[in-house]
Amino acid sequence: MISLKDLMQPHRIVMMLVFAGIVIWCAIALRWDWIPKYAPLALEGLWATVWILAVSTFFGFMLAVPLGLAQAVGPWYLSIPARTFCTIIRGTPLLLQIWLLYYGLGSLFPQFPWIRSSELWPYLRQAWPYAVLALTLSYAGYEGEVMRGAFSGVAKGQLEAAKSFGMPRFTMFRRIWLPQAVRNVLPTLGGETILQLKATPLVATITVMEIYAVSSRVRADTFIVYEPLLLLALVYMAIAGVIALAFRRLEKG
Amino acid sequence: MTGLFELLGLGASAELLSLSGWGGNLLRGLANSLQIAFGAFGLGLVIGLFGAYGKLYGGKVTRDLLAIYTTVIRAVPELVLILILYYVGSDIINKISEAMGGGRVEINGVAAGIWVLGVVQGAYATEVLRGAIKAVPVGQIEAAKSYGMPAFMIMRRVTIPAMMSFAVPGLANLWLIATKDTALLAVVGFNELTLETRQAASSTRAYFTFFLAAGFLYLMVTLCSGAVFARVEKWARRGQPSLKGGAR
Repeated sequence: MISLKDLMQPHRIVMMLVFAGIVIWCAIALRWDWIPKYAPLALEGLWATVWILAVSTFFGFMLAVPLGLAQAVGPWYLSIPARTFCTIIRGTPLLLQIWLLYYGLGSLFPQFPWIRSSELWPYLRQAWPYAVLALTLSYAGYEGEVMRGAFSGVAKGQLEAAKSFGMPRFTMFRRIWLPQAVRNVLPTLGGETILQLKATPLVATITVMEIYAVSSRVRADTFIVYEPLLLLALVYMAIAGVIALAFRRLEKG
Repeated sequence: MTGLFELLGLGASAELLSLSGWGGNLLRGLANSLQIAFGAFGLGLVIGLFGAYGKLYGGKVTRDLLAIYTTVIRAVPELVLILILYYVGSDIINKISEAMGGGRVEINGVAAGIWVLGVVQGAYATEVLRGAIKAVPVGQIEAAKSYGMPAFMIMRRVTIPAMMSFAVPGLANLWLIATKDTALLAVVGFNELTLETRQAASSTRAYFTFFLAAGFLYLMVTLCSGAVFARVEKWARRGQPSLKGGAR
């Protein structure tokens, strides 16, 4: 972190004054009168963004662990499908994956009467399950690759020691292999989670109402271009900052 | 055999994807995508080289400004940056054109895409190249200086060749990001591969056929680039001890 002494250098003080000037100019010269009207919608959107991010990273990571394990030590009939999955996810744009799931599956499901009559149908007709699914698979694909490296990076001696204690394989995995692997890649995971945050606005293209979609709505309704976008950028920077801080705490603790 | 072919609906798919049908549109979209990816990657390299030199050797203010640039660009979603840069770019060009007495200008999609993605790529390239330049042993650059080489010649003859092997893996990653980020331009209505695919899919209702075909094209680009960059890395590492299977 930057200490106070670092901040108090002459050139930085001048830069901060300039920056403060820009902020004041923005506050006075630009139009912000739309904020009260759209604030409730924006809060809902913010919640949707955070919710999608949290759910997709959680389930994505749950999927990434077996994917990484299969690639690192699995037999060929597990490692080849896992590697293929990761290559495909990492080799195609996320936007295409989202559209494939939403439009592709969305056009396929109604053809089956038993799906239409099932209890899941009210959910399958909405957009967010596809958004969460696409983002989860994407995170799993990228993290599967990271976890592969992490699992093979744990020192062999540690695992051999656990084995010689007569530890059952699952206990060994839970107590020694997984914790060490995760700790080694925590900085990478932090960066990847910020990348995942930056991927969430893509789900606005399939009508999920998250914070980016709210700013687009403001732009379309009021023809104000820059103000919602600037505020949106600030919101994303704030969330990214929170994620970075959280991972720094995790790394220390 | 043909019965099975028809059963799977492959006949219809093949017809849809033929070059005279929508397949041609997809390939045109791919060409557009690649063009933008090349341009953005190139622009990103130029910005990145200047940025890396600025961050390493620049004055205090330059360094702080570059730190702000790379931090902001890497914390804000590409989609938001694309919209901001797109509007800013077209506003500036229109202002200039009006000041020079011209009317509003229609902005070329390829140029806009290159400008927008290039600025984004530049931030990442700055970090990659800065790391690579820092990995070059200081003694080599000092030796070049003591020979009285001018700064630009040092960069051309010593720093860049020596840093290549460190920079290539990161740059390969950036190139892949560039090819995939071109898909985001679909959101601002530029006719690259993803948007062409969506248009083809929604007018024929054959969503799976087209999205899978486009996915295949992207995957081919990725895999081919992977092979090319493996060659480039081998070339950049020539004369250096191999890392593979070496003594640990």
